[in-house]
Amino acid sequence: MHQTSKPKSVDSDCFIQKQVAASELIEQSKALFDQGFRIALISAQDYKDQCYISYFFLKGNPDIRKELIVSIDKSNRQVPSLGAISFSASRFEREFYDLFGILPLNHPFLRPLVFHGNWPADWHPMAFGASEKPSTTCGPYEFPFVSVEGDGIFEVPVGPIHAGLIEPGHFRFSVVGETIVKMKARLWYLHKGIEKLFEGKTIQEGLKLSELISGDSAVAHSLAFMLALEDCLNSKVDSDVLVGRAQLLELERIYNHITDIGAMCNDVGYSMANSYAQILKEELLNLNLQITGHRLLRGGIKYQQKSTNYEVDSNQIKKLTEQFSKLINLIDQNSNILDRFVGTAKLSATEAKDLNVLGVVARASSLSVDSRYENPFVIKTPGISPITEQSGDVYSRYRVRVEEVFESLNFINNPEVANKVTVAYDSGTTKDFVRCGFGIVEGFRGTVVSRIELDSNNTIKRYKIVDPSFLNWPALSVALKDTIIPDFPLANKSFNLSYSGNDL
Amino acid sequence: MNMTLYSFTISIIQIAFILLLAPLLNGIMIKVKSRAERRVGPSIFQSFYDLRKLFKKETLRSNSSTFIFTAAPLIMIASTVVVIVISPILSTKELFNNSGDLFVIVFILLIGSMSVALLGLDAGTAFGGMGSSRAMTISSFSEPALLVSIAALSLQAKSTNLPIIVSTNLHHTSWLLSPAHLLAIIALLIVIFAEAGRIPVDNPATHLELTMIYEAMILESSGENLALVKLSEYMRFTLLICIVLNLFIPIGIDASNSWILLVVSSGLMALKLVLVSTIVALFETTQAKLRLFRVPELLAGAFVLATLAVVTEIVT
Repeated sequence: MHQTSKPKSVDSDCFIQKQVAASELIEQSKALFDQGFRIALISAQDYKDQCYISYFFLKGNPDIRKELIVSIDKSNRQVPSLGAISFSASRFEREFYDLFGILPLNHPFLRPLVFHGNWPADWHPMAFGASEKPSTTCGPYEFPFVSVEGDGIFEVPVGPIHAGLIEPGHFRFSVVGETIVKMKARLWYLHKGIEKLFEGKTIQEGLKLSELISGDSAVAHSLAFMLALEDCLNSKVDSDVLVGRAQLLELERIYNHITDIGAMCNDVGYSMANSYAQILKEELLNLNLQITGHRLLRGGIKYQQKSTNYEVDSNQIKKLTEQFSKLINLIDQNSNILDRFVGTAKLSATEAKDLNVLGVVARASSLSVDSRYENPFVIKTPGISPITEQSGDVYSRYRVRVEEVFESLNFINNPEVANKVTVAYDSGTTKDFVRCGFGIVEGFRGTVVSRIELDSNNTIKRYKIVDPSFLNWPALSVALKDTIIPDFPLANKSFNLSYSGNDL
Repeated sequence: MNMTLYSFTISIIQIAFILLLAPLLNGIMIKVKSRAERRVGPSIFQSFYDLRKLFKKETLRSNSSTFIFTAAPLIMIASTVVVIVISPILSTKELFNNSGDLFVIVFILLIGSMSVALLGLDAGTAFGGMGSSRAMTISSFSEPALLVSIAALSLQAKSTNLPIIVSTNLHHTSWLLSPAHLLAIIALLIVIFAEAGRIPVDNPATHLELTMIYEAMILESSGENLALVKLSEYMRFTLLICIVLNLFIPIGIDASNSWILLVVSSGLMALKLVLVSTIVALFETTQAKLRLFRVPELLAGAFVLATLAVVTEIVT
């Protein structure tokens, strides 16, 4: 067990947290983007005495994390918009405009994101002193769908209520014949106010709550919470505890990836493969139960854990690996499936990069974005690079999942791999301006980033979550160009984005 | 015995036969698929329970729907029943002279398809329109293949009258395995799978509206209307399989107007149907659904096979 020093020495302009004037924000951010940073999180804070926005920038390999903090004048709530230089930033800005009422100045496309019109426009739920419930309610406002006009173009509205057991989302397709010209997704039907719920909670309560942010990512979100907390408190964690956490994270990845693979087959009418995947999933859930006492791994991430003792039966893992290989053979030998998967809903590398896409979707479009390698909390055997595919279609996303399942099964089963784990990132110094911490975790969908601020008595002052789905949803519409409507469910399933993680 | 009365009775028996067997076969196919996927699956009588439930339920209709909404299911079931009456299913006896002409049968069935397509458009929803447009596209591709394969089948008997073709086949068993006949039957089978909305063309089990063809057209129907459409859907599939079976393996069909033979024929046909639906279900579990734009290629293939059948028959 040993700790490495923070790997940030390469950077000359060396800071972790920096307060910048509003007028310098765009310039400073531009400089960071030019150095290859991505915007990972933008979080507004509105307290009694102060109001500020935190811009969190990330770069991988070596792991560099930078935070810019801009103070907001409480009487004149506005901040320059980064929307013109970063699409993802523009979405964060729309989010804080709806929730905090802080106006992003010169935003290129400012319109409601979270806000569905069912509360008054001047009531901002997260702003300091906002009443718990709006004084009045009002009906939903007319959502400005961009209508495509021309000969033979018609609109197909789908949702927000869907057949099957999924969350609400409205999709508006403009199609010519069967080909999609434009798809606009309208989400945020079920805003939970979960970030608000975190306020004033104790650490234990917060941990419990974080497991519920997106039900299938209990480990990813609770681990992000725990890492942020430990970063904030500067607490040291034993490396075997970290290995245990990494194993839980991979267990979560395996069962979810296998579910997704089955679901993709089901969407092309190959229910045989789905049934086999379901059988495998059931065995994995039982394994989870055996290991952590919960089928969905809740309660696996613990606060101030001293040691981990996960007994994983290697024969069982070997058996699971064999069964999974059989399933993949079954799928790969079916030419109909390959015909449906290959070339469907392509997302090019440039598009993926421009949209700041994360996780499986990014890796299928040849970007090696994987925080397990770029911003890891544990380092696995060095030299391994993220699993990527080139073509960015449904088949690539399927392939990435398949390879990741094999890799994860191997990681869980291979103590030698796990033993090489070292503590990866340690911010070390206390932050100059605000006492806060960041958690970065590669969940099965992609990178979960979170930011925590604690009160002096260690209750949660503010907790901000970014699920990868928040950044990935816009990519779905882009990937759908030239796709035919009956392929939409398949394309959608291959992205498998969370509604709940998106609509906090 | 009065021949008309006998034919009439047979027609009634044929209707009862298909009416009882069609939901059962649907249940069997679902059961077989479930077992193949290691699931328990619903009871083989589930389709009967569902139909009973639907007939009891209230029919909801959209404000923008017209008389077509109620008429289409009736036309659908009526067209199916008429075809059952005039087709040789258990016996080669005709109700009216030359009524069982293959062209007549095909076009009466198409009246049914047409009415469902109108039903899809009637409520004015996007899904229904999509389903109708897809179904009509597929129909327009399957029809040429269907007509040419009928031509191939009629060459041996020198008649397009189905009962005559079947009884001719019964006496020329060597023709049954001739290349021309086999090709025509394969073409016919592909068309039936496409028209009946089975995998690999359509997936009757899906809940994904955007991928639906047949199911999309009946999304707005409920209660009695839905029950009628569902029932005629089952009956049509069974009927078409019966016709193919009688063209391909006519052995056992009652051709001599005897009651005993009719009983034997019914038993044999039921057995054949169970066997075929099991095979169909097993085949479907190994297949994924084709990409929608590949379906015309499949049907073009059927057309080529049917054409080859005609050419082979003429040349040899």
